[in-house]
Amino acid sequence: MSERKIQYREAIREAMQEEMRLDARIFLMGEEVGEYNGSYKVSEGMLEEFGPRRIIDSPIAETGFAGLGIGAAMYGLKPIIEFMSWSFCLVAADQILNNAPKMRYMSGGQFGCPIVFRGNNGAGGQLGSTHSWSMESMFSSVPGLKLAVPSTPRDAKGLLKAGLKGQDPFFSLESERMLGMGARGRKDFSRYLHDGDLWAPPENDADFTIPLGLADIKKAGKDCTIVTAGRPVHFALEAAEALEKDGIDIEVVDVRTWRPLDIETIVKSVQKTGACVVVDQSWPFASVGSEVVAQIHERCFDDLDGPVLRVHNDDIAAPYNRNREQDMLPNARKITEAVKAALYRA
Amino acid sequence: MSTASASTLPRPSDQLAPGQLQKMLYDMILIRRFEEKTMQAYMQQKIGGFCHIYIGQEAVAVGSISALDQADPQKDPVVGGYRDHGFALAKGMHPNYCMAEMFGKVTGCAKGKGGSMHMFDKDRGMYGGHAIVGGQCPLGAGIAFGIQYEEKDGVVLCYLGDGALNQGAFFESMDLAAIWNLPVIFVLENNGWSMGTHIARGTAMAHDLKAKAEAFGMRYAECDGLDVLATFDCFAREVAATRNAKNPQWHRGDWDKLAYHRDGNANGPCFINVKTVRYQGHSMSDPQKYRKETGEVENAKSRDPIQGLVRHLIERGLATQEDITALDEKAKAMAAEAVAFAEASPDMPASEMFTDVYADVYGPYIAGGLPGIVTNKNSGQ
Repeated sequence: MSERKIQYREAIREAMQEEMRLDARIFLMGEEVGEYNGSYKVSEGMLEEFGPRRIIDSPIAETGFAGLGIGAAMYGLKPIIEFMSWSFCLVAADQILNNAPKMRYMSGGQFGCPIVFRGNNGAGGQLGSTHSWSMESMFSSVPGLKLAVPSTPRDAKGLLKAGLKGQDPFFSLESERMLGMGARGRKDFSRYLHDGDLWAPPENDADFTIPLGLADIKKAGKDCTIVTAGRPVHFALEAAEALEKDGIDIEVVDVRTWRPLDIETIVKSVQKTGACVVVDQSWPFASVGSEVVAQIHERCFDDLDGPVLRVHNDDIAAPYNRNREQDMLPNARKITEAVKAALYRA
Repeated sequence: MSTASASTLPRPSDQLAPGQLQKMLYDMILIRRFEEKTMQAYMQQKIGGFCHIYIGQEAVAVGSISALDQADPQKDPVVGGYRDHGFALAKGMHPNYCMAEMFGKVTGCAKGKGGSMHMFDKDRGMYGGHAIVGGQCPLGAGIAFGIQYEEKDGVVLCYLGDGALNQGAFFESMDLAAIWNLPVIFVLENNGWSMGTHIARGTAMAHDLKAKAEAFGMRYAECDGLDVLATFDCFAREVAATRNAKNPQWHRGDWDKLAYHRDGNANGPCFINVKTVRYQGHSMSDPQKYRKETGEVENAKSRDPIQGLVRHLIERGLATQEDITALDEKAKAMAAEAVAFAEASPDMPASEMFTDVYADVYGPYIAGGLPGIVTNKNSGQ
């Protein structure tokens, strides 16, 4: 077992650095990515290594620089466009939802759009609701893009590298609340992730990638399947510890990418456990969570012992108040309650 | 640069050989004859959707694109809005592929997936018509960024209508082009109408659009878009001044020495106001009731861009009436052939519906299809 200490933010940086060393067409553009060294220090040191031609500070003009990235991708470059927060990308919606994912289709396959959009996603920092968006449900609905919500430094690195090697628009929704996770090594992670270093990327392996569309079982179990991604994976693992005391053994399936979705792994797990709770950090209505529930009902109707339940952000704007914001998010308490309800043990 | 001072400079069009001038005339006639056929086919409901006719503006596309590198069409890309048949044809797209696209045929430039507003031809450096007003401006800046990044010497023409002047995407793109000194020319096809709203009602400083360029310290030029040679002259100068624009920020630490001048950088991006007239309505569904009293189309027709170049060629003995008639017959035949080609081509087949979504496989599910959702893909069609 490695004693490695690598933060989530460092894993993202490693992915970008390794791919940029391999491919001269890759550049990083965004607000404060260069001289400021990254508003969240994700790109720290990258200006020094790659210079201002490839690490480009943009003005606060998301429509402009997101769209510029798309034009550059059409020309043949491989842009990484960083949104300081995904909450800020909505002003660029026409570019990232109309131009990027549809370019290949609308041009009859002539122009691809190999671009990576990445940045912080999700609430939890008392920023008020405008800065607290979780974008996965709105964006996963759009054909032509791929979307990942990594939950660990290992996944953040492996998925981003796969996205950078790919030919399609790739949206990496990273968690601001998790950027520092891994600073204390495995101590920062649930004991379920310790064995086999499920949380850390392998050291000195520049070829390491994680294929998009491959779910990961973060904890095996027999009684109930939890399907989730991103930060809520850790809430689910926290719930697993509490439920273990009650003799309930849950399986945590981290889908890692909502689009494409590894429905096969989910189905196999639900066929084994016969019960399922879907946890998703966006609002419940027409969400990735509701999509997964629909899929499970279509495919596993005869395997289920009861309806699939869901845990989401509550259906309100994120409140500023620290405690009420935590209440609003998916959390271990809600997941624990949902599992017990799904197993008729409430 | 005002037209007054431009008129005192040597005219690049004086250097054009008779063959080049005849090619420009042919390209304009082709667009007009093609668009006449387009309108006819639309009336016959062979073309659907929104369809925006280029007639009246032929000199804009032909005058500007004739000033680009003629040997390598990929070197100087163009991108624009939805009134795109004109600059697609001027860039060299075959009329057959353009017409077939509007007919929704698989032989169209985008296999029938794009339609009238989305003409793409990668081999010809045609980066698309884009149908959300102003949405093409960041793309134009991005293509120029790519050229600069790869240290190539291409220039991008990014066409926009005057309706796009009021979109944020336009301003953000002007800003990025200016701060990074990108090799892009924003080509305002200023026909004065944003659908049915006159420019004076929608655009602040509509009487003095140099203000739009000055605000970003970008070079400004304007020309008469009904005069193809004046348009060519303007673009020949500005394309040369935009080519090889270098990013001043690539040298770290130099940013505090950057200086912007209202009149822009002598070797950098440019905003060109091309004053033109749309003979037809905004789209095929526009009866133009708002426009009847102005007389602008009648006035423009008296200065018709095609007739203007015909007179120029005849007066200078650079072409005979027989040459002109032959060019027109050739253009008519090409337009008729485009319709026949489109008619005879197979429809976009159901098998093409699920291609070109992703580079690898169709999503959104990595495997297993969509058992609970009936789609054209699994319904047995």
